[in-house]
Amino acid sequence: MLQRIRFLPFLPVYVAIYFLFLYLPILLLPVLSFNDAATTTFPLAGFTTKWYASLWGNSVLLQAARNSLIVGVCVSLLSTILGICAARAITRYRFRGQRAAGGLIMAPLFLPEIIVAVSLLMIALQFGLQLSLVTVILGQVVFCIPYSMSVLVSGFEGFDRSLEEASYDLGETAFGTFRRVTLPVVAPAIVSSLLVTFTISLDEFILAFFLSGTEPTLPVYIWGQLRFAAKLPGVLALGSLMILASVVLLTVAEVLRRRAERRTQAALAH
Amino acid sequence: MADRPMISIENVSRYYGVYKALDDVSLQIGEGEFFSLLGPSGCGKTTLLRSIAGFDVPTSGEIRIDGVASTLLPANRRPTNMVFQNYAIFPHLDVGENVAYGLKRLRLDATEERRRVSDALDQVRLTGLDRRKADELSGGQRQRVALARALVMRPKVLLLDEPLSALDKKLREQMQVELRSLQQAVGITFILVTHDQYEALALSDRIAVMFGGRIAQVATPKEIYQHPRTRKVADFLGGMNFLRARLLADRKGDVSVDAAQFGTVNLAKPAGFTASDGHVTVGIRPERLRLLWDDERAPHELTGRVENRAYFGEVTHLTIGVDGLEQPLSMIETNDYGADDLPVGAEIRLAYDPDAFVLLADDEMALRA
Repeated sequence: MLQRIRFLPFLPVYVAIYFLFLYLPILLLPVLSFNDAATTTFPLAGFTTKWYASLWGNSVLLQAARNSLIVGVCVSLLSTILGICAARAITRYRFRGQRAAGGLIMAPLFLPEIIVAVSLLMIALQFGLQLSLVTVILGQVVFCIPYSMSVLVSGFEGFDRSLEEASYDLGETAFGTFRRVTLPVVAPAIVSSLLVTFTISLDEFILAFFLSGTEPTLPVYIWGQLRFAAKLPGVLALGSLMILASVVLLTVAEVLRRRAERRTQAALAH
Repeated sequence: MADRPMISIENVSRYYGVYKALDDVSLQIGEGEFFSLLGPSGCGKTTLLRSIAGFDVPTSGEIRIDGVASTLLPANRRPTNMVFQNYAIFPHLDVGENVAYGLKRLRLDATEERRRVSDALDQVRLTGLDRRKADELSGGQRQRVALARALVMRPKVLLLDEPLSALDKKLREQMQVELRSLQQAVGITFILVTHDQYEALALSDRIAVMFGGRIAQVATPKEIYQHPRTRKVADFLGGMNFLRARLLADRKGDVSVDAAQFGTVNLAKPAGFTASDGHVTVGIRPERLRLLWDDERAPHELTGRVENRAYFGEVTHLTIGVDGLEQPLSMIETNDYGADDLPVGAEIRLAYDPDAFVLLADDEMALRA
């Protein structure tokens, strides 16, 4: 039962302020990125796409973008594969220490990232690991598994074992069952996990900053550019593109996750 | 039953650690028989069904399906198909694809496959619904898809794991009728697991009642209802008034007992029955007791008073206290003469037929000796 809300006139105002505070700075980014002026000030000087065009000629930036892409793909694949194993174990089996295991997997979400980054850096140096994209990937996987897990667990939760049994019962082999039933039913959750973890990796700064050595990812590159006022409009253009990419990927991921949830729930009689 | 049973279960046991899910079960089920495994939850009926399907491997014993030793045969190579309790409809496939799922492996030509799918859908009265998605189906329709998906494989045995328990009462009763006529139409062996005694009675050719991993009795519905062998079986299948009676005479085929206010009663003695301490348990079904109205007389009468009354629409359940009986009697009366208006405390007379009493073993062990 919904409670009738009193003080009604104040609420819409509050909500409006809340959302302005949340999204206005982010919306300013694309607006200013089309501004035909070297400084980010109002009033706007005129419309231009030259800042976007300048991105293409910048080889250091393109290298950073390529690094981000490599890291993003590796992180999303690794954390999704590990997430699949963990999510299947958590949803399918009952074992000793199950709750503790689930908690420990989710814990990185709540650890201060910078502390983890420093300790990973110490370990890497201790073992004589060269700082590279590999160390960034390993560090980010730790932080992406919790996201991957929560997406996959909600996709697997409704996956009833009887679906696989029904497939065996109808004469299918173990491999055929995996191909024709298990994979298609959980596929949307897996794709959703890939997209979410890729997005997180793309935007991640602290670990990349500490562990990337001489190979910057996009956020690290942006951080480096902020020292030069003249580079700011270009950074705004790049930032706008990254926001756009994140929003698109996360939207697709959420749509897929919901579809996966509906599907697995539809499989069950009640 | 045919000469060679379709399913033969020989001394099958299944242990989970020290817990005995199945304890030395032997059973034969004939070709074309509608057979029910009936019992409370945890009695082993589902484990037994899953062993026949190939989802569970017995710890010891042997299962033969149509003469073939099948104990260790994987589920996908058995001539059995199963309707799961939650139906397990593949959510990413539509109705037609669900039904055709198992046929794909047979590599039939497209026309033949389509024909078999549409025949199966006709059989379960889902004609023309092949393009429906799983999440667009009602509970009853899911049940039918699960049936069609299994039957289209032309199994020798169809296994049904509590298929009606998720449906509401009206639909369940309708599906019971359909299930029975479907079985008669296809003519194959159906094995139904259920905890609903009325479902088992209404559908089955024979019923096995199970408790604690053991089979307590196997018989036709009528036999099992009218002549339950043990107190537990009698209690599980409908109401029963139990009475501790003193043994008067123990002869070869029958016994005489002193059934308190009911007087001396003669009862047929089942094979292997032994009375332990000079007392036996006898029982009489509530509907075999009848109220006597006005000056109606009966050869065997008892007087008592109404202690409780529950109105069930077409019948009224009465609890009658009788002096000299430890337990009050329960009885079921139709409402034609006004049993529904009897006030609590009313003095009544009731008639009984001494032949309606059955002799019950107190536990299965008493019969095994």
